[in-house]
Amino acid sequence: MIEVKNIVKKFGAFAALDHVDLKVANGELLALLGPSGSGKTTLLRIIAGLDWPDAGEVSFDGENALAHGASERHVGFVFQHYALFRHMTVFENVAFGLRVQPRAVRKDEAAIRARVKELLDLVQLDWLSSRYPSQLSGGQRQRIALARALAIEPRILLLDEPFGALDAKVRKELRQWLRSLHHEINVTSIFVTHDQEEALEVANRVVVMDKGRIVQIGTPGDVYDNPATAFVHSFIGESIVLPVEVRDGCVRLGGKPLNIAADGVSSGPSKLFVRRHDMAIGPAGSGAFEGAVRHVRTFGPIQRAEVALSAGEGTTVIEIDAPRDRELQPGDIVSLHPRRYRIFAGQD
Amino acid sequence: MNAQQISLSTAREDLRTEPRIIRVVIIAIAVTFLTVFVVLPLVVVFAQAFSKGILAYFSALSEPEALSAIKLTLMVAAISVGLNLVFGVIAAWAIAKFEFRGKTFLISLIDLPFSVSPVISGLVFVLMFGAQGFWGPWLQANDVHILFAVPGIALATIFVTFPFVARALIPLMQEQGAQEEEAAISLGASGLQTFFRVTLPNIKWGVLYGVLLCNARAMGEFGAVSVVSGHIRGETNTMPLLVEILYNEYQFVASFAIASLLAMLALITLVAKTILERHLDEGQLPGD
Repeated sequence: MIEVKNIVKKFGAFAALDHVDLKVANGELLALLGPSGSGKTTLLRIIAGLDWPDAGEVSFDGENALAHGASERHVGFVFQHYALFRHMTVFENVAFGLRVQPRAVRKDEAAIRARVKELLDLVQLDWLSSRYPSQLSGGQRQRIALARALAIEPRILLLDEPFGALDAKVRKELRQWLRSLHHEINVTSIFVTHDQEEALEVANRVVVMDKGRIVQIGTPGDVYDNPATAFVHSFIGESIVLPVEVRDGCVRLGGKPLNIAADGVSSGPSKLFVRRHDMAIGPAGSGAFEGAVRHVRTFGPIQRAEVALSAGEGTTVIEIDAPRDRELQPGDIVSLHPRRYRIFAGQD
Repeated sequence: MNAQQISLSTAREDLRTEPRIIRVVIIAIAVTFLTVFVVLPLVVVFAQAFSKGILAYFSALSEPEALSAIKLTLMVAAISVGLNLVFGVIAAWAIAKFEFRGKTFLISLIDLPFSVSPVISGLVFVLMFGAQGFWGPWLQANDVHILFAVPGIALATIFVTFPFVARALIPLMQEQGAQEEEAAISLGASGLQTFFRVTLPNIKWGVLYGVLLCNARAMGEFGAVSVVSGHIRGETNTMPLLVEILYNEYQFVASFAIASLLAMLALITLVAKTILERHLDEGQLPGD
């Protein structure tokens, strides 16, 4: 188990990590998700030993990791820009970690060859072993970087934006591939990403970070369905956000009361979050909001409608998703009711 | 290629380039300039060196004074290139791979020898180690000879040639970043293994380039060495110093014979530099 306790890391006056605690169980595939500058890469580098915290503890299976440098931690690290050794062949890149071992434990040449072959087979790139990194595509380079990291039989595998430099199609393929690879070798893995879709699709557990703090830890379903803060709700998945006011348990939009419960949010300016597909459309007068359909676009299984809500003095335009079989025309007056929603106090 | 294509391509050429007459004039000016200021002097050096025949040339080179000067020059070059190789790689490594306070100051310090007149560089050592200098009395008392001896010449040369290796490596190492080193360390490599297996192979052409330029300057340095050498015949005269002495004594063949060796060094350096630059360009193709 990897345990991170109360980690603080500052770059000048900027707090990259602000008292971070995290436990990762053996065999997990964990995503560190957050916008750029949220501290996720710094946390990963501290676990790897490539950066040092100003305060706090890092332990692997109860053993203090901060007593060791990166070269003694047995951590496989995969970089966003691959960081393959450009003057070595693919074979030598993968063999590197085996060749630099102390003589006492180093494998003989035949065993090294066999191991490298095994790893190249695992990433399905055996046929590239005599090429140089500059001759490979981005996706191939990243798979070789992964094979190289796995060569030392790491106790943890850390991946820093592993698919960030690849184009969308390759990225999708590699996501599924990474998940099945993890299933196969089952090494504890942490990967950093700013792409929520990637985190939700690949990881068993997602850690959402913002401004150097962990704001929520949970399964992909958890963080999507039960976001802990307004930040998580707007960062993960697309949401309709409406500025509302809660007064004595009553929710108001532009001064006009909505017939939904305030869910115990205390009085004051707040924000109402609804997923686009959670907005049910009914006949006029039946829901929380009234609005006029302005524009309808249809693609795939849904139609997306722009609706201008008439709320008190102003109008607010929102986009909702409706099933294809619901007939919508520009100009229709519809009533909207949130099937699921969250209200967070505060304006940000 | 049919007629239409030909007329199209000439038409395009006319649009893109200057009229023929201007091209010819510009090229002629450049060639004339280079001939007068570079090729002609080079030819004169060799013509003078061989003016009394090939035998006179080689006997001039095998004079004990000439041999001593060649030996001293090679030794000083070996010392200063060797030390500057180590210093230069370390300085470039520190500047390119780490963030620390005073980094810009260090970069300016490395460049200092380029902006100081060589004579002043030599004079600094006279002020430090001379009889009236800072360390002078102590050195005299302990019978240590730096000025007017090999150590002084080596020191002055090291100072003057310090920037070459570091300057060749800093931009190269900065561009390559520290990620490959980080990868090596996370794979269990020690600091030395990382340096010799990852860093050095990545910068080897840059190192050779710096060494080449450093060596050319070390062998050819006149001003700084002249101040600290003391011109003791057969002892502290390097090749450039001997060229001047022999010339002043009207020994033209001997003087130009030594000069021809330095000229050949320059030509070899030029060719090697061209080859290395080609390798460096290749090394900078998108490799990661």
